Amino acid sequence: MFVYADNAATTKIDPEVLKVMLPFLKENFGNPSTFYSKGREVSLAIEHAREQVAQAIGAKPSEIYFTSCGTESDNWAIRGIASRYTEKRGKHIITTNIEHHAVLHTLKAMEKEGYEVTYLPVDREGFISPHQVEDAIRPDTLLITVMTANNEIGSVQPIVEIGKIARAHKVLFHTDAVQAVGHIPVNVEEMQVDLLSLSAHKFCAPKGIGALYIRKGVLPNNLLQGGGQERGKRPGTENTAAIVGMGAAIEKAVRTMEQNTAKISVLRDRLIAGIMNNIPYCIRNTPTHDMLPGTVNISVRYIEGESLLLLLDMNGICASSGSACASGSLDPSHVLLALGLPHETAHGSVRFSLNHENTIEQVDYIIQTMQSITTRLRDMSPLWENVSKESSFQEKEPVVL
Amino acid sequence: MIYSEKVMDHFSNPRNVGAIADADGVGEVGNAKCGDIMKIYLKIENDIITDVKFKTFGCGAAVATSSMATELIKGKPVSEALKLTNKAVVDALDGLPAVKIHCSVLAEEAIKAAIADYLVKQGKNPADYGIKEACNSCCSSCGSSCNEK
Ligand SMILES: Cc1ncc(COP(=O)(O)O)c(C=O)c1O
Repeated sequence: MFVYADNAATTKIDPEVLKVMLPFLKENFGNPSTFYSKGREVSLAIEHAREQVAQAIGAKPSEIYFTSCGTESDNWAIRGIASRYTEKRGKHIITTNIEHHAVLHTLKAMEKEGYEVTYLPVDREGFISPHQVEDAIRPDTLLITVMTANNEIGSVQPIVEIGKIARAHKVLFHTDAVQAVGHIPVNVEEMQVDLLSLSAHKFCAPKGIGALYIRKGVLPNNLLQGGGQERGKRPGTENTAAIVGMGAAIEKAVRTMEQNTAKISVLRDRLIAGIMNNIPYCIRNTPTHDMLPGTVNISVRYIEGESLLLLLDMNGICASSGSACASGSLDPSHVLLALGLPHETAHGSVRFSLNHENTIEQVDYIIQTMQSITTRLRDMSPLWENVSKESSFQEKEPVVL
Repeated sequence: MIYSEKVMDHFSNPRNVGAIADADGVGEVGNAKCGDIMKIYLKIENDIITDVKFKTFGCGAAVATSSMATELIKGKPVSEALKLTNKAVVDALDGLPAVKIHCSVLAEEAIKAAIADYLVKQGKNPADYGIKEACNSCCSSCGSSCNEK
């Protein structure tokens, strides 16, 4: 059986979306900035997509700017606000310690340039509280940037409350909603955000296309200088087919959200219960409330994540891990460490991210396969040898529910 | 991450997995915090390694290097096993990705630690055989480097 369970990494393009895109890779190849009809029809299609994106998040079309990816949107939001407003407002930025690297590494680079960043620590389930944000605000606070939903564990932050606080203190507020858009309701008015990042490949559109919502009146400087595309704010000839695909995909994702969420969250809960009830010494890293419908993150103690992924792959299952080895970096996932997991437990983490294409049969197959793989790797693990020797094993590490 | 076919073979069908109850030498190196631990068991008769088993907690490369290292010393005299280098293990596996070279270092150290244990039990001093203390508290993933090779 083949099971794709890595939809937080990327999704398969929806066939309907692909169909809408194809003409823009073939006969509708015109440059949208031109004045003849071959260009104008493409320009109209882009504006239609802009309306679709705007409507999906409760924005006006004039507040949507297409970018090359979620990473660019995050960089532009943070860098653009900083270069525009630092002089007036200051050099202090508030964020969390579980942001995506697109945000974290941008802020790390800015610290070297003299910015001061407050990294709010999340609790055991991966949440920050609005109070933490409020307490961190200073007279020189320039920007608050807090992700809507986390890509590794699926925790959804109290963005509405944080938005209220930001507004009350007149601090600009950006949210990385890359994992949220198309999966949970996102509305820029309810959230009172000033900037919001999206990426299309997380909701069944192609990779390499994103958008930044910028509230009317908020004026980040450009990241790129060039032509007049995107009203002069984001130059570069448009990736027309991808933009059209993004529009179609976001429209469909929002239209089918309720029905998909009902289905996916049942699969998610079945997968979590199946693993937690059948495999001893597992730790749930996904929170128990305010989480994405499809994200499951579990640490399997006494084994290492990359080995787990290789064996899952040999059994036809695509998943991810927060282990250092699997990520190719030197440390295990900063998100799992932020939850308070010890390094050795973070190394043994596995993430399954489900979407509407997954089935109960697939979930049961994942559970079965996880059981046999875990037994196999633990039999090979010197750590497990010690655990099975201890007749009355005592849980020494904090258990994350 | 691209592994060679040999690495994948030794990962999916590891040779010599297990433990030896009455081992003549046991060595364990690595650190769970860093994500890899290797434990090697040796059975030695008349200075010949007649049996060897391993247990490993770690990534694909950690399992594969353990498996290959045990294959390379099985049936060999202790003096020859002591000459096993991490490079020989890497070569036998048709190479490893650069970030995984430390796994082969760990495999070499695990073998040496097991032999050292055997020598001590024989009343000998491992240092006389050129065995240095293995470094159990560090690895590349912790950023420290007491044993760079
Ligand atoms: C939360 C989050 N932010 C940003 C990104 C980056 O998006 P992109 O891959 O489009 O650059 C991702 C996905 O990789 C993500 O999950």
